[in-house]
Amino acid sequence: MGSNLSLAYLMLSAILFVIGGVGVLIRRNPLVMIMCVELMLNAVNLSFVTFGKMLDDISGQIIVFFVMVVAAAEVVVGLALIVAMARRRPGATADDLRTLRG
Amino acid sequence: MVELVWLIPALPLAGFLLLVFFGKRIGEPRAGWIGTGAVALSFVTACVVFAGLWNEPEHTFEASLFKWIPAGNFNVDIGILLDPLSMAMVLFITGIASLIHLYSIGYMHGDSRFPRFFTYLNLFVFSMLVLVLGDNLVLTFLGWEGVGACSYFLIAFWFEKEENASAGKKAFITNRVGDWGFMVAIFMTFFAFGTVTYTEFLPMAPGLAQTTATFIALMLFVGAIGKSAQIPLFIWLPDAMAGPTPVSALIHAATMVTAGVYLLVRVNPIIAASASWIPWMIAIVGIATAFLAATIALAQQDIKKVLAYSTVSQLGYMFLAVGVGGYSAAIFHMITHAFFKALLFLGAGSVIHGMHEEQDMRRMGALRRIMPVTAVTFIIGWLAIAGVPPFSGFWSKDDILAYALHKSPILYVIGLITALLTAFYMSRLVFRVFYGDSRWGESAEGELANLNAHTATDAADAGAEDHADAHEDSHADTHAGHGAVHPHESKWPMLVPLIVLAFFAATAGVLNLPFTENLEFLNRWLEPVVGENQVHLHLGGAQLTFELLLSTTIALLGIFAAYMVYLKKKIDPSRIELPFFANGWYIDQGITAFMGGIGRKGFELIAMFDKVVIDGAVNGVGRATRGGASRLRAIENGYVRWYALMIGVGAVLIVAFVMTQVSF
Amino acid sequence: MIASVLSSVLASEGAPSFPILPALVFVPLVGAILIALMPSSRPELSRQMAVLTALLTGILSIALLVKFKTDDAGFQFVVQQTWVESLDIKFFLGVDGISLFLVVLTGILFPIALFAAKPEHSPKGYYAWLTLLMAGCMGAFLSLDLFLFFLMFEITLVPLYMLIGKWGHGRRVYAATKFFLYTMLGSAFMLVSIVTLAVLAGAGDKGGVSFDFTKIIATDNLATSTGRWLFLGMAIAFAVKVPSFPFHTWLPDAHTEAPTAGSIDLAGILLKLGTYGFLRYGLELFPEATVWFAPVMLTLATIGVVYGGIVAAMQRNLKRLVAYSSVAHMGFALMGLFALNVEGIEGSVLQMINHGITTGALFILLGFLYSRRHTYEISQLKGIAKVAPVFAGVFTLVMLASIGVPGLNGFVGEFLVLLGTFVANRWWAVIAATGVIIAALYLLWAYQRVFQGEPDEANKNFPDLKISEKLVMAPLVVLIIFLGIYPKPVLDRIAPSVKRVVTRLEVQVDGFKEPITRKGADLLKIESSHLNTGEHALGVATNGKGANQ
Repeated sequence: MGSNLSLAYLMLSAILFVIGGVGVLIRRNPLVMIMCVELMLNAVNLSFVTFGKMLDDISGQIIVFFVMVVAAAEVVVGLALIVAMARRRPGATADDLRTLRG
Repeated sequence: MVELVWLIPALPLAGFLLLVFFGKRIGEPRAGWIGTGAVALSFVTACVVFAGLWNEPEHTFEASLFKWIPAGNFNVDIGILLDPLSMAMVLFITGIASLIHLYSIGYMHGDSRFPRFFTYLNLFVFSMLVLVLGDNLVLTFLGWEGVGACSYFLIAFWFEKEENASAGKKAFITNRVGDWGFMVAIFMTFFAFGTVTYTEFLPMAPGLAQTTATFIALMLFVGAIGKSAQIPLFIWLPDAMAGPTPVSALIHAATMVTAGVYLLVRVNPIIAASASWIPWMIAIVGIATAFLAATIALAQQDIKKVLAYSTVSQLGYMFLAVGVGGYSAAIFHMITHAFFKALLFLGAGSVIHGMHEEQDMRRMGALRRIMPVTAVTFIIGWLAIAGVPPFSGFWSKDDILAYALHKSPILYVIGLITALLTAFYMSRLVFRVFYGDSRWGESAEGELANLNAHTATDAADAGAEDHADAHEDSHADTHAGHGAVHPHESKWPMLVPLIVLAFFAATAGVLNLPFTENLEFLNRWLEPVVGENQVHLHLGGAQLTFELLLSTTIALLGIFAAYMVYLKKKIDPSRIELPFFANGWYIDQGITAFMGGIGRKGFELIAMFDKVVIDGAVNGVGRATRGGASRLRAIENGYVRWYALMIGVGAVLIVAFVMTQVSF
Repeated sequence: MIASVLSSVLASEGAPSFPILPALVFVPLVGAILIALMPSSRPELSRQMAVLTALLTGILSIALLVKFKTDDAGFQFVVQQTWVESLDIKFFLGVDGISLFLVVLTGILFPIALFAAKPEHSPKGYYAWLTLLMAGCMGAFLSLDLFLFFLMFEITLVPLYMLIGKWGHGRRVYAATKFFLYTMLGSAFMLVSIVTLAVLAGAGDKGGVSFDFTKIIATDNLATSTGRWLFLGMAIAFAVKVPSFPFHTWLPDAHTEAPTAGSIDLAGILLKLGTYGFLRYGLELFPEATVWFAPVMLTLATIGVVYGGIVAAMQRNLKRLVAYSSVAHMGFALMGLFALNVEGIEGSVLQMINHGITTGALFILLGFLYSRRHTYEISQLKGIAKVAPVFAGVFTLVMLASIGVPGLNGFVGEFLVLLGTFVANRWWAVIAATGVIIAALYLLWAYQRVFQGEPDEANKNFPDLKISEKLVMAPLVVLIIFLGIYPKPVLDRIAPSVKRVVTRLEVQVDGFKEPITRKGADLLKIESSHLNTGEHALGVATNGKGANQ
């Protein structure tokens, strides 16, 4: 794999990360925010794989597996919270959950 | 026999302990007899010890009971130093105290706190004996404070009246100012000598640097003027007359107030080693106090106030004696003064008692017929203090004046003027109380009414007598309460002390007659203590005769003047009893106004400073923390996206920072 | 449980190995836990338990006093048990002449405080906290491990916070919070110092950490500036605790609102943690910094003496007045320490003990007063001496002791402190000695307003002391008189340890000599050369520098 191609992968990863980040910051629907977080995680995964390939190191791919497992666990907890919230207060957005403000 | 010396203070202490725990159960009058007995036994012991002391080398005996405060290089014992000086003090203290205890049994009869009175008196005698017998400065200080505390208790003995309580407090606090000086003197003594025991540091005193000796002497002097009521700390003594009269006689005339003089005589080698202005200062403060207090005494209407200022004045003479190097003369006058002033106070007490607690001379007069014993003994006391030969006061006062003349003629002249004033105001007192017209019966209503129109201290009253007749009818009814006074002579427990004291007031002069050296018993007795620093006078016959004649003339002149003014009424008394004198040159008012005004304002300001600035700063920090926090908490707004953004910003900043630090 | 402890104490007569110091800490600690476990429906049980615990600890402390070896300057009855090995934290207890009497004071004052006052509500918690407070105080005085000391020092805050906050009067929550935050803030600085010291001490041997007091004191590898900074950290904590001017304002608030027992223990014992801390963890750990800071500390102490007295004079509330008098009295204690000579430091330790006794007694008397009249306001009280002569008599005695009248205990400590300070630094002592005038001023003035005069309607039926109250006061009155007339037994036990401290200062600090009187040097010469030799003149000007070269 040439370095140009790697660069393209990294750029894609960066673009995906930024899209995810902006999504987390500007959307209020919790479900969409979770999806954006997933997008960010996967963007990072992509860069891990790319760097692993570039450096010829298997660790990058191992970490990706870790991240995927953790992300799955996170989605489970996150979705459970969202469902619980939706049951109690239908139509609530993330901004409505600010009782812990200072 | 001298080994019994510890019994001298122990007996009054035992009496005190007995009375403090069982006083109430023992009750009147047995509590009084126990108190009197304890002190009388102490006097007997003192006589026995005195006999034994003759056999001791240099008439000095030391005994140490136990170590009191051992710390590092500092070490003081509870120890006794019995030398000619302390022996002389012990003898007259216990002797006079016994008589005054006896007197008090009669005087305090019927008081609800009768046993308590003797408890305090015994504690006082114990403290006074510790003061004079202590073999080091700290132990003297123990006695010094002990007598101060007893004086406080006894002045405020009838504490239900606010004035009495205030007077006690004033006495204690004014004394404390002096005590501050005393304490600093002890520190300096320890610093210079490494010891505060008299027999150890006094012999070293001549080798002391002058500045150090001056500092110690100055500070001890501050202590002494507090206790002995000299300018400017004399203001407590007149107020101290609020206490029962036996207390005034014992504490505020005969014994405690002379402690300052005792202290200065005790440390005479330090004074000798200090700068020459120290003796001058002592002499000048002494003579100034003597003169000032004598002028004030001229215009007082309260019989006890006259005697109080007279005490201040006589103490001034003693300071003068110390200042001019006549240490033995100071002790001589202290002893004779103890006799005649105790006598005068007890006599005044007898009058007050007989007049049903009346102290104002304007309501007395012609009492000599009703109280013959009191009158005769009082007159002896009067002649003694006025300086009429051959009564004791004449010899001791003349002794002091001889030393003063040796130092400076100016001191001598002021001393003579003061002697004239003394003779005058004491004669005034005697004439107004025992002679003239009685002003306590129905006939005196007019003056009494007039009295009420003025304050007691207002000397304008002095002129009231002249207008008495004019007011007689119009105000007759306002004083029904006072009208029915029937004076009576006191009972024997009060009269016996008077007679004994009168005997000594008349004859105590033989202790130290100036004619030949053989007759100067007291001088020779005190020689081991003060001899080295004492000025040795050898008066020729002509000079001695001249001085004695001059003194006699002055005394008689004073008495004659008073006779003209108060019995013959040739001169209006208001021309002498100036308001300026009656108000004590406004010194007390001045100090009180200062302390109550600026002093109090200052205290309040500092208390305010504490509340506003210091505590304000603490609470301010608390408030600032809260205020800052409430502003900062706006950041924690609860929006997840805000937190996420901050995480992002933070991450970017950290990365940026790392990039600036690391070079690739 | 109690029986077994009691029997082992009795057995200790024969067996010298009885761990008396751990017992002093654990008896009240276990007692506190047991009280906490008791049912709140049976309040009398918790009271009995607290009394039993306190008395037992008191007896143990007296036993300690009896068995203490007078001439030994070092630590006695030492107990060492590893706690956290990797950090070299130990359960390390020991007692020397300095801490001995503070331990005994704790042992005496706590039972008295228990007998002197009862809580107005929720007795169970009250007794549990009070007993825990006792354990903390004992632990703090006995610790020889800096971590343990810090722990105990901080533990004492919690019970007192609860006692003031829950059983206090008026603005109790404000006072409790202020007290807690203020002292806690000070302690934060101390923690930094302790940890730094532990790291520096451990760095010597194996790159580890050590909180062991004896090890730290032996390490002696502090750079001058490090030592000064660390001393400063410690000093802030202790100055707040003493409390020294200008860190004192929590004290009047805490005292005014605290319940009687809280006031007694706060004034009697907790304040001594400050001065004790200065001595043990200031003078001993940082000799150089101590000498360097001495003028500052002396100045603060002198200001405290005079200022505390002046502010006390202006108070309208008796408890606030006594609280400010504590500022003045503890100023003396602080002053003596930084005189840096045996007289001053011995006087200071004695002053701590004496202040504990007299101020403790004053607060007990004020507690009696409060239980009768439900006020501390001076203006509400009048003429009590007439209706309650015994109460007034005891108050007078305690007051005179507090004023520092010789023959009573307060004098000896104050006098030695001033004497030592005078030798070291003349003018501070001369100024601070005016404190004795001011003390007379504020106490006598208050006495006059409260006790003298004709009692008014509200005070006409003021009951005199009951037998039980007399019994509570009796031991303190005896101590006040005994220590005034015969303080030698106490001074003899303090002296060796104080000499150890001063000697260490001389060894550790270049050019520092204990400020002592001129006797040793000049006067002997004068004696031998028959006086009158000008060159060893004992002039005022020749030795003005004193302690801090």
